[in-house]
Amino acid sequence: MLTLLGIMVLVAGFAIRLNPLLVVAAAALVTGLAAGMSPVAVTAAFGKAFNQNRYVSVVWLVLPVIGLSERYGLQVRARTLIGRLQSATAGRILMVYFVVRQLTAAVGLISLGGHPQMVRPLIAPMAEAAGEKRHGPLPEKVRQRIRAYAAATDNIAVFFGEDIFIAFGSILLIKSTLSSNGLEASPLQLSAWAIPTAGLAFAIHMVRMLLFDRRLSREMTVAETTPAERP
Amino acid sequence: MIGVDFVYALAGLMFAGLAVLSARDGSNPRRWGNAAFWALFATSFLVGSFIGDLANGCLITAMVLIAGFGGLGRGEPVTTTLQEREASSARLGNRLFIPALTIPVVTLFGALVLAKVQIGGHPLIDPKQTTPISLGLGVIAALVVAFALLKPRLVEPLHEARRMMESVSWAALLPQTLAALGVVFVLAGVGTVIGGLATHWLPLDTRFAAVCAFTLGMALFTMIMGNAFAAFPVMATAIGLPLIVGKFGGDAAVMGAIGMLSGFCGTLMTPMAANFNLIPVALLELKDRNAVIKAQAPTAILLLIANTALMYFLAFHR
Repeated sequence: MLTLLGIMVLVAGFAIRLNPLLVVAAAALVTGLAAGMSPVAVTAAFGKAFNQNRYVSVVWLVLPVIGLSERYGLQVRARTLIGRLQSATAGRILMVYFVVRQLTAAVGLISLGGHPQMVRPLIAPMAEAAGEKRHGPLPEKVRQRIRAYAAATDNIAVFFGEDIFIAFGSILLIKSTLSSNGLEASPLQLSAWAIPTAGLAFAIHMVRMLLFDRRLSREMTVAETTPAERP
Repeated sequence: MIGVDFVYALAGLMFAGLAVLSARDGSNPRRWGNAAFWALFATSFLVGSFIGDLANGCLITAMVLIAGFGGLGRGEPVTTTLQEREASSARLGNRLFIPALTIPVVTLFGALVLAKVQIGGHPLIDPKQTTPISLGLGVIAALVVAFALLKPRLVEPLHEARRMMESVSWAALLPQTLAALGVVFVLAGVGTVIGGLATHWLPLDTRFAAVCAFTLGMALFTMIMGNAFAAFPVMATAIGLPLIVGKFGGDAAVMGAIGMLSGFCGTLMTPMAANFNLIPVALLELKDRNAVIKAQAPTAILLLIANTALMYFLAFHR
């Protein structure tokens, strides 16, 4: 039971909004100590694991390219393009991105998206531009919401797309967990059973995006007819 | 053979560059904190494989202490104004998309084609690390294209990387740190304890109860661990295999596939999945730390209910 102390630290730390890095390191230390390891052993184990997981942080290598493109006007260009599309709305942009992202992930092309590569430089500015084109200048609160939805669209689409791809890690993990318990399932079977959920994720997201557009229209019409708030 | 060390060296050089720029940034009141933080990250990438576990542990501890006690600050970004961006965007047009799109195109080429190339019986790319290596190649190609197209000064990409890195700040380290925490959890046997608790305290004597316990358990345990991969073997061994498949005769493939997807619903709702839920908050400069989780929660909850129903109706089809 003591082993779970680290999880308590994690939950409490996140709840009182301490710096997450500090919380995670404290949770690792507490978990290790509770399992009977010495502080030096925990530090070494944590360091070893940190070092072995460096590939997780390799994604930051894209920043010089993305930042440089932004410097020369990439986001401006993305906005201009969307400004020319008559039928574009924030919700519709995100619907199209969802479909592309989910389908490409389903055939294994997982690196065709992502937050630093796609969402920040392209998708979020496009969705914002579409909202602006339709409703005029958007209040900061609305911009923030559109951006959050852009990030959510990327996540949901890739999660419920990649699991259809037969060589994706989770399929291989399921297969190996089953076979170590003497059960056999082919990757094809496993990926087929991921399709119903993928379809539902698609349907739910499409409906939510339609509602999102409607809410945006409603809020922006109300904003137009009521006088500006005074501080 | 191109190994992942080549990509780590590249990342190390980039972070070393950021450390130098940070140290020279007079507009940042905490410039030495930033410089030390990025220098340590550079050290980890450049020599992490040679300095031993304890030194790596001290390195990450130092980074956590700098970040955790307010040692990081932000300087004035060295970049263009909106007017300059509008002008160069009008000048360059859609060619501006080429560098950014080169990254995924080359990454895919690497993962699909180069990964299969063999030279004298040896693979060209380390088969265990194709994704980060392909990404590294993609970035190099994109930089070459960007220099040819945009003709920036040599230091511009680094200045821009510093601008973006400073808005991400300590969060940049979080995904890797969480992955390390996951390893410590496994060493300490956290999963086994949780699996034991679930089977001990929950009434699992009907099909429906077992399915609910499994799908909800996957989501909850994923929220704690930050990814479904860590949760799946534990929950499958505790509930999925012995009860749903063993006792009630459910289909193992359905249990596995939909169980994993229930875990993904948990991933959408936890700050522990930092690279999906917290990194975009930093990258998109959102004020509410939970903005992305809030946007995802309705979908995640609906899908979790749907997954529970799907497993209940599909797993026992015979």
